[in-house]
Amino acid sequence: MIDIQNLVFSYRNGARGEASGFGMRIEKFTVPKGISAALVGPSGSGKTTLLGLIAGTLRPSAGSINVNEWEISNCSENALVKFRLHYVGQVFQTFELLNYLTVIENVMLPWFLAGSGRKAEKLERARELLASVGLESKALSRPDALSQGEQQRVAVCRALFNDPALLLADEPTGNLDQGNKQKVVDLLRDQARRHNSTLLMVTHDEALLGQFDMVFDIYSVAASLHGDSI
Amino acid sequence: MSGVLLLSWRYLAHHRAKSTILVASITLMLFLPAVTRLLVEDSAAALTARAAQTPLVLGASGSELELVLNTLYFHAESPPVIDSRALSDARETGLANFIPIYARFHSQGVPIVGTTLEYFDFRGLSIANGRQMGLLGECVIGAAVAARRNLGPGDSLISSPESVFDIAGVYPLKMKIVGVLEANGSADDEAIFADVRTTWIIQGLGHGHTDLDDPEAAGTILNRRDDMITANAALTQYAEITRENISGFHFHGSADRFPLTGVIAVPPDQKSAALLRGRYQANEAGLQLTVPGAVLADLLATVFAVQNYVILGLAVLSLATVAVITLVFLLSQQLRKGEFQTLSRIGASRAYIALLIASEIGFVFVIGFVLATGLTLVTRNYAMQILQSFLTL
Repeated sequence: MIDIQNLVFSYRNGARGEASGFGMRIEKFTVPKGISAALVGPSGSGKTTLLGLIAGTLRPSAGSINVNEWEISNCSENALVKFRLHYVGQVFQTFELLNYLTVIENVMLPWFLAGSGRKAEKLERARELLASVGLESKALSRPDALSQGEQQRVAVCRALFNDPALLLADEPTGNLDQGNKQKVVDLLRDQARRHNSTLLMVTHDEALLGQFDMVFDIYSVAASLHGDSI
Repeated sequence: MSGVLLLSWRYLAHHRAKSTILVASITLMLFLPAVTRLLVEDSAAALTARAAQTPLVLGASGSELELVLNTLYFHAESPPVIDSRALSDARETGLANFIPIYARFHSQGVPIVGTTLEYFDFRGLSIANGRQMGLLGECVIGAAVAARRNLGPGDSLISSPESVFDIAGVYPLKMKIVGVLEANGSADDEAIFADVRTTWIIQGLGHGHTDLDDPEAAGTILNRRDDMITANAALTQYAEITRENISGFHFHGSADRFPLTGVIAVPPDQKSAALLRGRYQANEAGLQLTVPGAVLADLLATVFAVQNYVILGLAVLSLATVAVITLVFLLSQQLRKGEFQTLSRIGASRAYIALLIASEIGFVFVIGFVLATGLTLVTRNYAMQILQSFLTL
């Protein structure tokens, strides 16, 4: 479950991290455990920021963020690393695959970072995931040799690799055709259902919204802040 | 840990050109000072060992270094010579065993060394294949010459003319190879040894032709007065010494005037050596007696001084290389900011990313070190050949 209370976040600028004068406030935002939720809203409204706050890659100025038993807003940096590696699967807007690794190695990246578990099992898991999105024949290709849609599917496989308790997906269907869009959504929802995981997916695709248990509009979740109110 | 190593290795393998340039820089940075030092040390050891084996060298006044190098390494093209009289005078002192060296001629670039059988005992050279030279026109060859030119007992080789423009010069002499020396890793492996009188024949001081008293040679005689006979160019000159024509070979002029490039002196003890050196200290007959060890020690002192400057220069160059490599890695980190951010968002700690960068640098340095070590060892194996090539330039 995701539970956010009285959160204040201030955007920061540059290497010195000075306050930009803009931010967001969330009084209360809850997504129950095992629920598939969609988050909608126009570009630049803070959807990606909210995912970053939940994943612990952005730190709030005030308030609390809890994900299951994790109190994200109070975790140390090391604890957050562990949290992201073992409990969160993320699909990014720009895929963020490593071109010096093969497709299957990209899927196995969380295992390279964690360094635990048997390689044969992990390989099998990666192959299964690739097969589920129709990319088993591309396992040894480089990501830059794939189409954007194929790259997005690889990114989804990487997010699912560790069977995460929380799935955060930032427009994972943005670059896919209708058939593949449905495949990816099915894959994410199926993963959430089978592992009782929570799925929060940012999307602009209204046709997909009916498939989610809950739909949130960012404007009903978060209020923009600027100037002295931060 | 294996994940870090795999990621760093994949990164280096993917960016092949960059990695190769970095590894090559590290390899050269480590290889050049190491190989310079090793080559100089090995060469110095080889030079010193051969010089130490050779107590004294007698030769023409002038450059001590040239005399020593030519007597030990047979390298000079036109070495200064002394008369054989100097050898007989030296022998009369009874202060040492004297071994003549006449190293002036070549066969396809390989020095032909005229000497006596004592030279082989003195250097501890044994015959690996065939027998020792016994007659005029016979020779034994060094192991490296035999291997390189695929020669052995029963084959022959021909002396090269000193100048291709000397059309009136002496005929090349065809010599019969009767033995191949055991390899000893010295200049002897790269030489052809013949009796000193054979080298005088190569020079034209002795020659062989058909007997002028033979009725068949009557047509070639232009003039006969007392014991002086003048023949025309139709007289058959022998270009090879065989058992059949060896009696037709003879020398003209006084044997005392025949040339030598050096004489190795082997005194039985320190006292004899000191006495001998005293005799030649203020020699006015154009002779000098040198101690090869001391001459080469002077040379090596200069070489080591130069080597220190070279290594200092290479050290400065290495610092510059390290600075450039550091810059390359720093710029690379800037370019890879996005990649590291992705790793961090997926669950890599700062320590993990630092370890990733460190292992990439480690791989580059380890591969560079291994290549530099391998190259150094390979080059060291050829140290003697490299030294020889410098000495025979």
